[in-house]
Amino acid sequence: MDIPFTTKARPDTGLYNAKLGIWLFLASEVMLFGAFFSAYILLRVGADPGAWAHGLMNVPIGTFNTFVLILSSVTVVMAWAALKAHNYSLYRNCMVITIACALGFLVVKSFEYAEKFRHYEVWMKDGRRMTGHIDYEDGGVKKHAYLWSTKTLSKKKIESIAFTPDAPNEWATGQYYPPLTKEQLEHVKKHADSDTHHHEPIAIKSADIQRLSAFVPAHSTFFAIYFTMTALHGLHVLGGAIVLSFFLFRGHKMWKADPDRLTNRIEVGGLFWHFVDLVWIFLFPVMYIL
Amino acid sequence: MHTATHTDTEHRAHEHAHEELGFWRQYIFSTDHKVIGIQYGVTALLFLFFGFMLMLAMRWQIAKPGEPIPFFGPILTNIFGDVAAKGIISADLYNTFGAMHGTIMVFLAVVPLGFAAFGNYIVPLQIGAPDMVFPRVNMASFWVFFVGCVIMFASFFIPSGAAQFGWTSYSPGATTTPGDGQTYWLVGMIFLITSSLLGAVNFIATIIQLRAPGMTWFRMPFFSWAQFVTAFLLLLAFPPLEAAGVMQLADKVLGTSFFLPTGLFVGGNPADISGGGSPLLWQHLFWFLGHPEVYVLILPAIGMVTEIIANSTRKPLWGYKSMVYALLVLGFISFIVWAHHMYLTGMGTKISTFFQATTMIISIPSVILLTCLFISLWGGSMRFHTHTMFALAFLPMFGIGGLTGLPLGFNYSDILLHDSYYVIAHFHYVVAPGTIFGLFAGIYYWYPKMTGRKMNETLGRIHFWLSLIFMNLVFMPMFAQGMAGMSRRMSDGGATYAESDGVLGLTAATIQSNTAISHAAFALALAQIPFIINFFWAMHKGEKVASDNPWESTTLEWQTPTPPPHGNFDKPMEVFRGPYEYSVPGHAGDFVPQNEPHKKN
Repeated sequence: MDIPFTTKARPDTGLYNAKLGIWLFLASEVMLFGAFFSAYILLRVGADPGAWAHGLMNVPIGTFNTFVLILSSVTVVMAWAALKAHNYSLYRNCMVITIACALGFLVVKSFEYAEKFRHYEVWMKDGRRMTGHIDYEDGGVKKHAYLWSTKTLSKKKIESIAFTPDAPNEWATGQYYPPLTKEQLEHVKKHADSDTHHHEPIAIKSADIQRLSAFVPAHSTFFAIYFTMTALHGLHVLGGAIVLSFFLFRGHKMWKADPDRLTNRIEVGGLFWHFVDLVWIFLFPVMYIL
Repeated sequence: MHTATHTDTEHRAHEHAHEELGFWRQYIFSTDHKVIGIQYGVTALLFLFFGFMLMLAMRWQIAKPGEPIPFFGPILTNIFGDVAAKGIISADLYNTFGAMHGTIMVFLAVVPLGFAAFGNYIVPLQIGAPDMVFPRVNMASFWVFFVGCVIMFASFFIPSGAAQFGWTSYSPGATTTPGDGQTYWLVGMIFLITSSLLGAVNFIATIIQLRAPGMTWFRMPFFSWAQFVTAFLLLLAFPPLEAAGVMQLADKVLGTSFFLPTGLFVGGNPADISGGGSPLLWQHLFWFLGHPEVYVLILPAIGMVTEIIANSTRKPLWGYKSMVYALLVLGFISFIVWAHHMYLTGMGTKISTFFQATTMIISIPSVILLTCLFISLWGGSMRFHTHTMFALAFLPMFGIGGLTGLPLGFNYSDILLHDSYYVIAHFHYVVAPGTIFGLFAGIYYWYPKMTGRKMNETLGRIHFWLSLIFMNLVFMPMFAQGMAGMSRRMSDGGATYAESDGVLGLTAATIQSNTAISHAAFALALAQIPFIINFFWAMHKGEKVASDNPWESTTLEWQTPTPPPHGNFDKPMEVFRGPYEYSVPGHAGDFVPQNEPHKKN
C-alpha cells in the first residue's frame, strides 16, 4: 500500500504531505512559544516594583549566538538549493556548517548557563541586596560555589560566606537600600569602569542573610521564564541538529535511491530550522535587551 | 455492487498483495489506522470504565459520608492504606478521586474515544484514503498516549497518591500540596499533549491531502468535517496547556514562582520562594485549552449523530452547508470564550463583559447545529435501530446541557451558580448523556464494519432505555441542588451543613437527594452490563452482516470489504455525489452511494 503525494505535490493543494505536516506542526509550535511569550508579558507586567531582574545578561555573547544561528539559516537554505541544483558535495558542506553552528550555539549557551549558576544574589536582613560570587575552600583548594541557596547554608552549617560583590551594574545599583544619592551613584558608576572597585571578598554572616540564590530559575520570575524558554529553545536546536545530522550521514544513500525525497526532507527540515532561528530572533531582544 | 458481499477469494487476493506482517507489527506496533483506532478505542473504553468506578466510590461517600464501602472497601484499604482506612474514603482520597475522575474522563476516555479512536478508524475510510497520511507518526501518537496513560494510572499507587487538586489543577494549591501526585499528573499531561499534537497534524494533513478524487470539501461527510475542526482545536489550543504544564512542573520541581504570588504562606509559614508569579496566569493558560476542549469532546459526537440521523431518516441532512459553516464559526469563536470560566477570579468587569458577549455569540452556531439536526427528522421515514435511539436521545440531552449553560455564561447569574452542583449537572449533560450517548450510537453504528457482526438489538434497547432514565435521574436533581447552593467540592455531600436545615445552609431535602442520586448512579452502572455483554458476545456470536453496507448508507466507509483490509479499498475510489443522497427521486432504492457515477443520458 502506498500513500499518495509523499514526494509529488497534490495538484489542488500544491503541497506534498510532509510540507503540509511541518507547517501544521509549526502552527502548533507558534502557539506553544506564543503561550510562553504571553506568560513573559504577564509576569513582567505583574512583577513587583524593582523585582524584574534586569540587565544581568551577557549581551555580546547573545549577539554572537544570534549571528551563529542566522548563519546556519543561510547555509540550510544553500544546502537545499544545492540539492535542487544536483550538487551533492555543496549540499554536504553547507549541512556540515549548519550542524556546526547548531552545536556551537549549544556550547556557548551551556557556558552562559554555567556562568549564571555560580553568580549569586544575596538578600540581607537589613534590606540590602547584592550580586556577586561566592568562593570557598575545600581541602585547601579554592573553589567557586555552584548552585548554592539559602538551604545550602543551613544544610552545610556555613556560618559565613566569602562574597565578592560585582562592580555595580544596572540591576544591583538600583537595589541599594537606602537608595544612593546622586553623588554616590556617580561615584559608583565611575569606579564600575575601572574594574577594581568592590572586588575584594567580604565576609557575610549567614545569620544576616535572608535569602541566597544563584541565578537559577528559582531566583526570580525573570530567570524562571528565561531558563524555561531558552532551555525549550535549546531542546529544539538539539532536536534539529540530530535530524539534520541524520540527513547528512544517511543522505548519500537517500540521494542515490530517491533524490526528490531527500530534497523534500531537507526543505522540511529547513523550515523547522528557520522556525527555531526565528524563535531565537524574538528571544534575544526580549531576554537580553528589553 | 454496493449491496453484494465481497467473496472470500477477493479478500484473499487482496491480502496477498501486501507483505505478511508478524503479530507484533500487525496488532501491537501497527501503522494501520484501523488497528490504531481500535487500540485507542480499547484503551479509552477501559479508562471510561475506570473513571466511572472512581465516580461511584465518590457517590457512595457523598450519600453515606463516613460509612465504609461494602465489598470494595477492604480492597481500597489494601491499595491506598491510611487514606482509605477501614474502607472509608477520606477527604484526601475523595479529592484524589475527584481530580482523577475529571482528568481520566476528559483526557484518557472521551477525547481518545471520540476523536482518536473513531477519527482514526472512520475518517480515512470516509474520505476514500488508503491510510492516514503519516502512518508511523500515527503509531507514535498512540504509544506516546499510552505512556501518558500509564503515568497517570501509576500515580494512584505512589505513596503520596495521585493528584488531588481538581482536573483544573489551579495553582498555588496544586503546587503546594505535598506529594508527587501532581508531578506525575503534569508529566502525564505532557505526554498526552504530545500525542494529541501528532494526531492532530495527521488528521488535518490526511483530510487535506488524501481525499479521493471527486471528494470536494462540500461532498465530505459531516463526521469528517467535525473531526477536521476538532483536530484544529487540538493543534492550536493544547500547546498553551503544555506551556502551562511545563511551568507548573518547574514550580513543583525547580522551585520557581511562575504561578506563586509574593507573600505566599504554606501551612502557616512563609514559602521559601521568590514570589512574583501569577495564579491567574495558570487559569488563563489552562482555560485557553479548557474551553476548546469542551468542543473537542462534543464535536466528534455531533458528527456521529449527524451521520446516523441522515442514515436513519433516509433523507438528506437538512442544512448540511449551514452546519459546516456553523462548525467552522464555532471552531474559531471557541478560542475567545475561555475566561467565562473565570468570572469570579477578580480579573475585572470589562474583561468579564467581553467574554460574556463572546460566550453568548458562540451559542448561535451550536443552536444552528442542533436545529438542523432536529429539522432533519421532519418527514423522515425512520428506521429505528439502537444507534438511532442513542442519536435521537442525544439531541434533547445535549440541548438541556447547552441551554443550562447560558446562566453560567452571564456573569451576574454565574456569581450564584459558580462552583455549585449546577455546574456539574450542566457540563455532565453535555458530556455524559450528550457526548457519551453519541459515542454509544457510534459504537452500535460502526460495530458491523469493524467486526462483520451486528450487536444485539434487544440488549441494545435495554441498555439505551435504562441509561436514558438513570442518566436523567442522576443529573436532573443536581440542578436543584446547585441552585439551592450546594458546593461541588464537599467530600461529605454537605452533611456538615445539615444541622442548620435551611437557616444558614442547605435544606434537609437538598442533602437527602444525594442518596437518591447515588442510587441512580449505581443503577446506571448496572445498566451498562447489557452493553458490556453485548459488546463481547456480538464479536463471536452476533448476527453476521449480509452485505458490506448493512445500514444502506451513502458514505464511503461502507464501500470497503468487511472488515476493511490493510489499504482499505479493493478498487480505486472516485466520488461523484454529495454525502447524503437518500431517497433521491427517480432512483431505484432509497440511497445512492457517493461513488456511484451519474447515469449518462
